[in-house]
Amino acid sequence: MNAFQQYFYDLAQTHPKWNFIYLYDPTQTDRVIEGLWMTIQLSVVCVILSVIIGVVGAWAQGAHSKYLRLVMQGYIQFFRNTPPLVQLMFFYFALGQFTPTYSPDGWLEVPIISNVGWAIISLSFFAGAFNVEIFRAGIEAVPDSTQEAAEALGMNRLQIYIYIVLPLAFRVSLPALNNNLVNLVKTTTQALAIAVPELLYQMISIYNDYSTAQNACMVFLFFAYFILVGILVLGMHRWEHRLRIPGYGA
Amino acid sequence: MTNNDWTPDQPLVSIHDVHKSFGDLEVLKGVSLDIMKGEVICIIGPSGSGKSTLIRCVNALNTIDSGSIKVEGLEVHDPGLDKLELRKRVGMVFQQYNLFPHKTALENIMMAPLKVLKQPQAEAEERAHKLIKRVNLGGKENSYPGELSGGQQQRVAIARSLAMNPDVMLFDEVTAALDPETVNEVLLAIKDLAQDGMTCILVTHEMGFAREVADHIYFTDRGVIVEHGPPATFFTEATDPRTREFLSQIL
Repeated sequence: MNAFQQYFYDLAQTHPKWNFIYLYDPTQTDRVIEGLWMTIQLSVVCVILSVIIGVVGAWAQGAHSKYLRLVMQGYIQFFRNTPPLVQLMFFYFALGQFTPTYSPDGWLEVPIISNVGWAIISLSFFAGAFNVEIFRAGIEAVPDSTQEAAEALGMNRLQIYIYIVLPLAFRVSLPALNNNLVNLVKTTTQALAIAVPELLYQMISIYNDYSTAQNACMVFLFFAYFILVGILVLGMHRWEHRLRIPGYGA
Repeated sequence: MTNNDWTPDQPLVSIHDVHKSFGDLEVLKGVSLDIMKGEVICIIGPSGSGKSTLIRCVNALNTIDSGSIKVEGLEVHDPGLDKLELRKRVGMVFQQYNLFPHKTALENIMMAPLKVLKQPQAEAEERAHKLIKRVNLGGKENSYPGELSGGQQQRVAIARSLAMNPDVMLFDEVTAALDPETVNEVLLAIKDLAQDGMTCILVTHEMGFAREVADHIYFTDRGVIVEHGPPATFFTEATDPRTREFLSQIL
């Protein structure tokens, strides 16, 4: 045990309510790191997927096909009007029953979509539903007259969408997107309900095993999410700043 | 559809008996006019008389209900028309400039040549530099539209349109949204174009300018061409009471 670990070990002896066990017991440290890593992976993958769902969905919402628009509307209403926790449990416990399984050894039956897989699917669709609405609002904010000018210059619909509408819509959407992605990162904690070993799951496991570690675990949770979301927000703000157009809009 | 037995001695733009309604409102009630190559015409008239609608029909931004519009023999409202062929020939400048706000002045001008005409970067850039000097905006290449005055933005819009090398330019009340002190710089740019032989159709309220640059002036009211003539006679010898009333209010 090094001096740092020793200090927290001693602290736990003198102040039993402040047992920072994950700072001196390597086994617990590993659990925290595993949880943190899972949370980061879950967040990054879900952020990317939800943004893709948002862009494609916003395009589909403006499509000519009435059927496609109806499907999008149904999707958005479903995911926006139900709690993400219920969605997670529904995906994993209900839909999970019907997904095919495979057997690695002839005995076990392993579903092809794991709980982590379902968490990614469920959370991405949850945040994606909001992203669709966010991007749609951005697209609507692009003046028709600007698109008309592009049309008069001979650009076709796809060119107008790619070179004019999306770059402008994206800038308008960024602040709202920012909020939604922050929410998404925080919502990854709910994957706990289907036993995804993310940070909250691991911390609860630690203080279930060592009840004196409860306060210390809570402290770490706040600290960790504060930093994680802080990094995301900082990155988004930088991006927003870089995309700012001199003399344009807000 | 794609003609073309059109020859330069025929009208470059030929508008024949065009009707157009928005819902129950008939905005164009049989408008006909011809524009020869190199000609500059001004369309004047009270608001809501259908001037803007008419020139928007010329490059198919609006559809027409009946009649025909031909540009260099291309039937503009033929559903089978390749719009690109039309847009290469017809340039348009709008009242609100409508520049791409996320692109610099130079990028605005290069956008269509690069994406639509697939010109090489170097060629498009060289031409954009020439055009920006032509509208007297040397030094503003890297400014964004938001950093330019209305008059400067409108001149970029003119250059952007010219970059497609059109045969005819449409100007839709291009000075109506400008501060009075910047109107002149835009009019000068247009005058310069007209003197270089560009065929121009202008919808305008600038009577002094119309008198100066136009070869022919058309007065529209309630969807019809009431009267037309060369500026020398139009302003002094207008006979229709509607024209006289309009001119007396505006001059």
